[in-house]
Amino acid sequence: MTTLQPSANGTVRTLRPTGALRRRQRIERVVRAGLFLTSLISVLTTTLIILSLLGPTREFFADVPITEFFGTTQWFPNFEPPQFGVWSIVTGTLVVTSIAVLVAVPAGLGAAFYLSEYAHPRVRRILKPILEILAGIPTVVFGFFALYFVNPKLVKAIWPFGDVSTYTAIGAGIVMGIMILPIVTSLAEDAMAAVPQSLRNGALALGATKREVCTSVVFPAALSGIVAATVLAISRAIGETMIALLAAGSVPRFTLDPGKDMMTMTAFIGSNGLGDIATGTPQYKAIFAVGALLFAMTFVLNMISIRIVRRFREVYE
Amino acid sequence: MTASSAPAGEFSLESTTAPGRAARDIVFKVLLYASIGLALGTLAALLFDTYQQGAGRLDWSLYEKYPSERISRAGIRSAIFGSLWVVTFTAALALPLGVGTAIYLEEFASRDRWYNRLIELNIQNLAAVPSIVYGILGLAYIARGPLGWGRTLGTASMTLALVVLPTVIIASREAIRAVPPSIRQGALALGATQWQSVWRNVLPGAVPGIATGSILAMSRALGESAPLILLGGLAFVSFNPDPGFGALDDQYTVLPIQIFQYAVNAKTEFHELAAASIMVLLALLLTMNGAAILIRNKFQRKW
Repeated sequence: MTTLQPSANGTVRTLRPTGALRRRQRIERVVRAGLFLTSLISVLTTTLIILSLLGPTREFFADVPITEFFGTTQWFPNFEPPQFGVWSIVTGTLVVTSIAVLVAVPAGLGAAFYLSEYAHPRVRRILKPILEILAGIPTVVFGFFALYFVNPKLVKAIWPFGDVSTYTAIGAGIVMGIMILPIVTSLAEDAMAAVPQSLRNGALALGATKREVCTSVVFPAALSGIVAATVLAISRAIGETMIALLAAGSVPRFTLDPGKDMMTMTAFIGSNGLGDIATGTPQYKAIFAVGALLFAMTFVLNMISIRIVRRFREVYE
Repeated sequence: MTASSAPAGEFSLESTTAPGRAARDIVFKVLLYASIGLALGTLAALLFDTYQQGAGRLDWSLYEKYPSERISRAGIRSAIFGSLWVVTFTAALALPLGVGTAIYLEEFASRDRWYNRLIELNIQNLAAVPSIVYGILGLAYIARGPLGWGRTLGTASMTLALVVLPTVIIASREAIRAVPPSIRQGALALGATQWQSVWRNVLPGAVPGIATGSILAMSRALGESAPLILLGGLAFVSFNPDPGFGALDDQYTVLPIQIFQYAVNAKTEFHELAAASIMVLLALLLTMNGAAILIRNKFQRKW
């Protein structure tokens, strides 16, 4: 920072910086540049993710026609001859994700309504840390719970449509839904907290009950935040690996029956990465091709979510 | 009344005497209780079921024995040490980078510049990229490829550092943003440079928030397993990492990976072992979360 001093004719004249001042300016510039470089690491990460996916994916599609990848439904990379119809693991992902979202969004919203509109501050202070604990449970623990509690003790007992195996999409999906529930609750609650109190007061003054305030004032006003939370929840469920790997099964199945075991995209990446597959084989490159598809799907969802949140912010600030 | 489709500001009310209005209020409230009950109930069931399966195996032999395929000799010693070392190196990498990025974005970056907006958008997206995708990055560029570190503890730490980096950045930014502008203006008015005001005034005020967020990010690193599945860590490792930087070159295993390995074993005795290991992992996580909450309550300043 240079010293400014008004001169005789009233204009501002810059004095030559002294030695100490110059040193300070130099430090300032170095620090600023250093911090800028630090922040570029995250851009580099994204770049490297895309590069690491693109190279082997392009090689994969040199071996396997893109029409087979997107046009057929049999996924057996380790058979002879291998079959690469990605739809059976995409449907696996979609079935598990749908169940997870059907659990997480209504229940997450309900919990958010309760915490934001109904709960006494003292109850809130107890419940929020408990939800944080739920959010902090490692996914491998949820997977274990799904595999050895939900599947055998819950799903097996109440599933009405025939026998279920050790692995089920419904069990994995439900547990995944509970896993992402705290994310939905926390984001939805933030959106509800941003709804001006005057809107609630107005409705209450007109004789609305608390439920009516929730459903016809808070919900519509917080809708964009709630939609953003939902989109993010879908993205999380699509990318979740350990629960799917442990509890959903490892047989690629082109089916929509949630009582069946099925393989998700993430479970394929995880289970195929387990063994030592020779680099350069189509099986190895398939990991990257599926990874690229997974990244593309979550990327689109993340961008939609970020966009909605931005627009929503503009309304209230 | 179709509540969900009514836009804000123009809602209609049923008459007070409308049949079922009070009943609907009660049903709604019950549904809300059910929602929060589902979350709490699942957490309780998870903890209880883990305890029931694992309590019989929870003793010092877990800590004394190394992972093994033979149940009589199986423990999690190298996984405990592996986890501690991985989290230490992850923190050493992710914290300086994350806090530095947060300082840059909050204190120095002008939002008018396209590249600053790009960095911000990029971080928001990275925070939601599936962790297994980071595993692919680690596999292609850290374990193999240019760095070629192999399936070592260094590869695992580096990959996990990238996974938690966005979390550290976002938490640190919030902590820095919570320091009121008047603190900066005071320093600047007395002739401090921007960096001096950040270093001596803003950062000290933001440290509790940064610490809380960082501990939570590290507890995520402690529980993360998906990317590590692609990066080795799945062998039965019968030695602890070398203390110090020598650990970076070592083969490793970590608690979540060891839990996974025991969980998928065909014999039920191993599932009990997995449940006991889960209890150890959860105890470590609860300690970290407790520390974070303690710091938040004790040191967080009200401005």
